[in-house]
Amino acid sequence: MSDGSDISRLIGDLTADLKPVRRLEAPWLSAMIWTCIAVVGAAVLFLIRDQLHWVAVRQADQFTLPGVIATGLTAVLAAVAAFQLSFPDRSGRWAILPLPALVAWIAINGLGCLAYSSEPGASNGTWPAFMQCLGLLLVISVPLSVAMIWMVRRAHPLRPVLVAILGGLATAGAAATLLVLVHPHDATALDLMAHAAAVAVIVGLNALLGGRLLAPSNRFSRTA
Amino acid sequence: MPERVDYAVAGRELDARLTAAMARAQDGDKAAYAVVLREAVPAIRRIARAQGAPADFVDDIVQDTLIAIHGAIRTFDPSRSFMAWLSAIAQRRTIDLLRRRGRLGVREVHSPLAYEGYAAADDPGREIERQEDAAVLRQAIEGLPERQREAVRVLALQEISLEDASRSTGRTKTALKVNLHRAIRSLRVRLGGPASEQDG
Repeated sequence: MSDGSDISRLIGDLTADLKPVRRLEAPWLSAMIWTCIAVVGAAVLFLIRDQLHWVAVRQADQFTLPGVIATGLTAVLAAVAAFQLSFPDRSGRWAILPLPALVAWIAINGLGCLAYSSEPGASNGTWPAFMQCLGLLLVISVPLSVAMIWMVRRAHPLRPVLVAILGGLATAGAAATLLVLVHPHDATALDLMAHAAAVAVIVGLNALLGGRLLAPSNRFSRTA
Repeated sequence: MPERVDYAVAGRELDARLTAAMARAQDGDKAAYAVVLREAVPAIRRIARAQGAPADFVDDIVQDTLIAIHGAIRTFDPSRSFMAWLSAIAQRRTIDLLRRRGRLGVREVHSPLAYEGYAAADDPGREIERQEDAAVLRQAIEGLPERQREAVRVLALQEISLEDASRSTGRTKTALKVNLHRAIRSLRVRLGGPASEQDG
């Protein structure tokens, strides 16, 4: 148990350590910057896909555009929520912001899968296609996750796990949106599973690592 | 006759002063920063106790909160209230510490009037603290607008039923409930408790 002298000593140490700081930009601005990074990523993917001989995008069906809108909205809204909650005095209700878009994402994917499976000759997909889809999603998500973690970490969020989960959701949504540029839009059951698995891995890893990466060890610790 | 303390004004002045000092601290003003941290300590203690932290945890919560302030200094926006920012950090640190110690005994005190009903302990130091807190609370209540003060008096202090309170005051039940709710929110902010939710 500490006492008043320990607190005085801590105040002295913190004061001595003070350096001028640049205030963080407003959360909505951080979300915009991160979204721009994702857009740059989209441009890079689009430019390199021919060089890498990736399969061209198939003709879009009725679920492609709504799906892209849902995944894109999930990404942007989850990013806004993550940056808002990285500030200590923001309402916890921001966490609800991306949920409607997430529900729409799940619903549109499900409907797309059902519609596709009812077509004559429809297949359930192949395991190589599953692994390619999953792999692409994870690869695309890495730079986006790194950017998100680096930006959010500056705030020293007091709710690191929640912020990490929302950051992971933003990354997963952005990866799913960018995937449309380089991967044939298909709606097989295995495709759906690949998306779900990628989202679970991205969000899960962010949540697991969130406590460590978003709350960096402080040079100061409690005395006594 | 002693001058009546306008607690609401004193609270707003303190908040304004610390907001300005914290802005200077962000620019590297160490003297201003020391003032902010020192003056934050009593508020953190009040918040920790309001969250149900035992007396022997309070100083640890103070230290954790000061360290968290140092880490999150870049997130402070001088156009917003310093006390609200501090309250959010102190509440979070209190919850985290109580959870770590395996005692999620955080009781959200919806009414600061719960202070008055706090069971007396054997420790005379705690009794003095409670008397001081009760005096602060009484002053804060006196600073409320008349209708809010009336709602607090009849519903919380005298504990009259809503029906009887409406009859004795001539106010509708809805009006009494609304005024009581506003009074509690106002007292909560003035006493440095859970801040009102601020959406970005």
